[in-house]
Amino acid sequence: MNSTINSLLVIVLMLNLFVLGTSRLRTIIRVVAAQGALLGLAPLLMHEHLSLPSAGLSLAAIALKAIVIPAMLFRALREAQIKREVEPLIGFIPSMLLGALATGFAMVFAAHLPLADQHTAPLVVPASLATVLAGFILLTTRFKAISQVIGYLVLENGIFIFGLLLVESMPLVVEMGVLLDLFVAIFVICIIVNHINRAFSSLDTRLLAELKE
Amino acid sequence: MAYALILGPVLLAAIALAFPSNRWRPWLIPAAGVGHAGGVACVLWRPELAMVSGWFVLDPPGRLVLATISGLFLVCSFYTVGYLRYRQERSNRMFCASMISLLGMMTLVAWSHHLGLMWVAVEATALLAAPLIYFNHTPRSIEATWKYLLVGSIGIALALLGSFFLGYSLLHAGLESSLTFDHLLREAPNLSKPWLHAGFVLLLVGYGTKMGLAPMHTWKPDAYGEAPGVVGALFAGGVTSCAFLAILRVYHVCLAAHEGAYTGRLLIFIGLFSMAVAGVFMVGQRDFKRMLAYSSVEHMGILVLGLGIGGPAVFGTLLHMVNNAACKGVLFLSAGNIHRAYGGKTTDVVSGALRRLPLSGALFMAGFLAIIGSPPFGPFVSEFMIFNAAFGQGRFVAGGLFLFFLLLVFIGMGATVLAVVQGRASAAARATAYRDGWLTGLPLVLLMALVLMLGLYIPGPLKTLLTDATHFLEVTP
Repeated sequence: MNSTINSLLVIVLMLNLFVLGTSRLRTIIRVVAAQGALLGLAPLLMHEHLSLPSAGLSLAAIALKAIVIPAMLFRALREAQIKREVEPLIGFIPSMLLGALATGFAMVFAAHLPLADQHTAPLVVPASLATVLAGFILLTTRFKAISQVIGYLVLENGIFIFGLLLVESMPLVVEMGVLLDLFVAIFVICIIVNHINRAFSSLDTRLLAELKE
Repeated sequence: MAYALILGPVLLAAIALAFPSNRWRPWLIPAAGVGHAGGVACVLWRPELAMVSGWFVLDPPGRLVLATISGLFLVCSFYTVGYLRYRQERSNRMFCASMISLLGMMTLVAWSHHLGLMWVAVEATALLAAPLIYFNHTPRSIEATWKYLLVGSIGIALALLGSFFLGYSLLHAGLESSLTFDHLLREAPNLSKPWLHAGFVLLLVGYGTKMGLAPMHTWKPDAYGEAPGVVGALFAGGVTSCAFLAILRVYHVCLAAHEGAYTGRLLIFIGLFSMAVAGVFMVGQRDFKRMLAYSSVEHMGILVLGLGIGGPAVFGTLLHMVNNAACKGVLFLSAGNIHRAYGGKTTDVVSGALRRLPLSGALFMAGFLAIIGSPPFGPFVSEFMIFNAAFGQGRFVAGGLFLFFLLLVFIGMGATVLAVVQGRASAAARATAYRDGWLTGLPLVLLMALVLMLGLYIPGPLKTLLTDATHFLEVTP
């Protein structure tokens, strides 16, 4: 079981780097959807026996992260008629390298956080932190509003990975609440993205620079 | 009672969504406010009504926050009716619905006794705030909403990670992993320390973003600057108090885990840093709504600073939360009136508010005097308590810096406020339709009277609430 989880997390980490190094937004959304689907499977693999909470969580996560949210993003993309990220603050290859560096840092940092006895999958914590950091890199270095939403999604995926450790102990209602909030957040953000597009005829957040000191 | 006070507003919000008349819809907000305040009064009067179940417990700090937000909302709700009368050109459907359900979600924060549930509630308040900031539908308000949503979502995501870390600190210690606060408090001494430390930092950053502590405050001037004044009042007094309550509860767990020294250092640092940043950005600030946002950053800094000093400062800190809510209500509502009357919110176009709007201008001035901590108003008392406790505990550097930053803020804020209220109003400003009326005037007078009263004496019921909450935070099971 643990080897399955670990190899799954390795794929997730590689997808992070891929997202950081790609400029085509459609590809990025597909990759993030794939990442969401993989993570949706993870609760099922965490434990020997199939339990109701993990099955429910898995189903909800796949539905939202792999289907509904990517569909919303695709729609926003179609309406805005953009294909690529503009030249980001940090280039694609450098941000990929930065992502690799962040992954290394996450490994080192996670080594300081002790794991409980029943959790023997050693990659969960570093993978979670690395994914959160990859999300941060996307959020801070990209200029298109849609790329930033994707960054937020990657960040949430990172937190979801950590949540795997708590699947059995967190009540299902809370997990569902978390997923629902995530969904609504993305939904609201997409509406605002739509309004940005209409008001500024662009999704370039550099245009949003009137409010400052 | 808990369910009624949480779900009642949500139900009323649904009615507001379906309500056809743009003219009469805003009256649903005072209806929600009056009903809610009545319910809260019942709960405070007879605490046995409040108890529900393991996840819904109204602890003493929650009771204090609930009373604060309910009172503030009640006053703001009548103002909103007056305000929306001037904005009949725009549909207020989403605005009314969001504002009413915001009340329900703030109540849920106060009532939730479960780390995860509390997170869900705080996140809900964050999302409901977006349509309120976006009310004006201008490019500037889009920009503000976008920045708010992005920074706020990241913050709240970090708070979730922090909640997970805290949950894992139970699991790692081999304890039953229930995330209710009484369980966390009971098991606090046994929690796994590395996870607790990391979790506290993440929760402080996460909920601190919601409070608007520096350096996570960047959304605040934009959002408060572009949102209608009444939204600023509800945020600066209500939503931030809810986020502070979240930090308060986590701090309590750390205190019970004998980690007071660790959390204290962090809180004092971040508190003083917020005050410093606010002070620096207030100097030369021409936009008076942005100035109020920085003032909010400053006062959030004072709250966590007081918490960090701990011990005798806690009573003052909780009192300051109430004072801040009332003061920010006066300031944002009067600033909203001035904004409306002049059609602008920078000192380039606004001057002579005392003549153009005698009531709002005077209350803006009085609110300013109160918030900078001059006697005989409430904030003077609470700030003095915090200051006194800092020196009493031998924290001379923190106490000294606290005073210095208060002075800095006084200078920065004073220049802007005086420019707004003094001088002569331009002809263009005199020609606008807005005049102070009952609905947009009386709420301010009431809040200002409250601020003055809190400076002179603290009424018995409030004192009980404050001492209960202080004792609750001191006692570690």
